[in-house]
Amino acid sequence: MFSRAYRTAVTVPPLVWVAVFLLVPYLLMFCYSFWSVSDSGTIVHSWNLDNYKELLTKPVYWQTLLRSMWIAARVMFFSMLLGYPLAYFLSFHAGGRKDLYYQLVIIPLWVSYLVRAYAWKTILGTDGVLNTLLQYVHATRHPLDFLLYSPFAVVLTLTHIYTPFTFLPIYASLEHIPRNLVEASHDLGATPQQTFWRVIFPLSIPGVLAGATFAFVLSLGDFLAPLLLGGPSGIMISNIVVSLFGAAYNWPLGASISLCMLAIVIGLLFFSERLEKKWSFS
Amino acid sequence: MSASSSGQGSLVKGPRWLTAHALAVFAFLYLPIAILILYSFNGQGVGGFPPRDLTLNWYRILFNDGPIWDSVLNSLMVAFAAMLIALVFGIPAALALDRAQFPGKALFRRLVLLPLILPGIITGLSLLMLFRVADVKLSLFTIVLGHGTALISVATTEVFAGLQKLNRAQEEASLDLGATYWQTFWRITVPNLKLSIIGAALLIFTLSMDEIAVSFFLIGRDNTLPLEIWGRLRRGITPEINAISTIIFVFSLIAIVVWYRLRTRAEVTPEIGAELVETADH
Repeated sequence: MFSRAYRTAVTVPPLVWVAVFLLVPYLLMFCYSFWSVSDSGTIVHSWNLDNYKELLTKPVYWQTLLRSMWIAARVMFFSMLLGYPLAYFLSFHAGGRKDLYYQLVIIPLWVSYLVRAYAWKTILGTDGVLNTLLQYVHATRHPLDFLLYSPFAVVLTLTHIYTPFTFLPIYASLEHIPRNLVEASHDLGATPQQTFWRVIFPLSIPGVLAGATFAFVLSLGDFLAPLLLGGPSGIMISNIVVSLFGAAYNWPLGASISLCMLAIVIGLLFFSERLEKKWSFS
Repeated sequence: MSASSSGQGSLVKGPRWLTAHALAVFAFLYLPIAILILYSFNGQGVGGFPPRDLTLNWYRILFNDGPIWDSVLNSLMVAFAAMLIALVFGIPAALALDRAQFPGKALFRRLVLLPLILPGIITGLSLLMLFRVADVKLSLFTIVLGHGTALISVATTEVFAGLQKLNRAQEEASLDLGATYWQTFWRITVPNLKLSIIGAALLIFTLSMDEIAVSFFLIGRDNTLPLEIWGRLRRGITPEINAISTIIFVFSLIAIVVWYRLRTRAEVTPEIGAELVETADH
C-alpha cells in the first residue's frame, strides 16, 4: 500500500542520521582502541593490540572492571528484590488504586538523577541527616563514617535510581498475563504459592530479564554516583575511562575499555534475548 | 465453591507482607526526595537533624544566581532542539520499521534503540571522537546533536507503539480518494499518532533536561543545568541546589499530570514499560 517513494522518504533520512551519529562513532571507537598516543600527546594511527594487552596485564583495569560488575550485580539483585514484589502488588492486589500507585513509582524518575544521588550524599554524610539523627536520638555518640564514600553508598544510590527501571518492564509483563489463567489455576485447586511459581512467575520472565538487564548495564556504566559517593574504594570502570579521556590523556586506552564495556553490554542483550526466547510460551 | 471464593479474596487483598513491602519501597523511593525538599527550607543548610530555622533564604539566593539561570536557559534550548531532532528522525524511523523492508533493517532497529539501554558514557565518548575527527568545536550545539541522536530511540519506540495500534484503513481510504502521501501523512497519520508524538516529545524534553552522562563529554564553554549543578556539587554541598531541584520537581509533577491527563483522556494505558521489554529483548 505504501509506494516506493514513501518508503524511501521515511527510511533514508533516519538511516543516514543513524549511520553518521551512531554507526560511525562506534566504528571510530573501535579504530581508536587499536591506536596509541605519542609522548608529545598526538594520536598515532598505527594499528596494534597494545591497549588490549595493557588491559589484560595491568590488574588495576580488570580488577576495577570486576568490581564494577560486582557492584552492578548487587544493584541488579536489590532493585529486583524491591521492584518485583512491588510490581506484583500493583498488578494483582492494588485494586482501583493501581494507576495512582503506578504514577507514584514513576514520579521519582522525574527528579534529576544527579539530584537524587546528591540527596543520598546529604543523608549519608558525616554531618548528614542520618548521622545527626542517630546522635540526636542518642543511638550513637560518634558519626558513622563508613556510610558515605564506600561501595555501599554507590550500591544504595544506584538501587534507588534503577528500582523504577526494573519495576517498569516487570509490571508491564505482569499486566499482560491473562487473568483467566490465574483464575483457572485457583479454580483447579492450586495454592497462591503454586499459582505464583507455576503460572505468574514464568510468564513474567521477559520483564524480569529486561529489568535485570537495565539495572545491570546502566549501573555498570555509571561514573557520576561513584565520583559523588564512592570514595577511593568505590571507583568504577567508567571513572577510569573518564580520567583516560581527561587528565591522563590516553584516548586509545580509554576507547579500548569502552569497547570492552560495549561488548559486555551487547553480549548481555544477546544472552537475555536468547533466554527470553527460551522462556516465552506464546 | 468456598475454596474458590476465599482464593478470590486473597487475590484481591494479598498477603500483609506484600503491602508492607510496597510501603517500604515507596518510603525508600521518596525518602531522598522528601529530604531534598525539606532541607531546601532549612536555615542551617543541608544536613543536621532536626531541621531548624525554616527559611526561604536559599530560594532568594537562587533567584539572584545568574549562572544557574543561564544554565537553565541553555538546558531549555538544548532540550527543545534535541526534541526536534529526535522527532524529525524518530517518527520516520518508526514508520520505516513499521512499513518498509530494506537490507539491514534488523541492524538499523538495533542501532536506533541501542542508546536507550547503553550507558551514556559510551554514546558520549563515541560522539566526542567523531567531533574530534571531524574537527567540530564542542558547544551547546554538539550537546544538541548528542541528545537528539540518543533520544531518537525514545521517539521511535513511542511512535512505533502508536503505529501498532493504528488502523491503516483510514490511510488507505485517504490514498484511494486521491490524496498524496504528504497530505495523508499530515492529515491522517500525524493526527492519529498525536498522543504518541506528544508523549514522546514530553519524555524527550524531560530526559534531555536531566541528561548528564552524554553532555559531560560534549560540553563546550556553556553549561547545561545538570552540569552546572555537577560543578557546584564537586565544590561542596550547596543548599541552592535543593531549592532549584525542588522547583524542577514541581514543574516535572505538572508535566506528569498533563501527560497523564492526555493519556487517560484517550484511554491509552502507559506503554513505556512494555517498550522497555521490547527494547531489551530485541
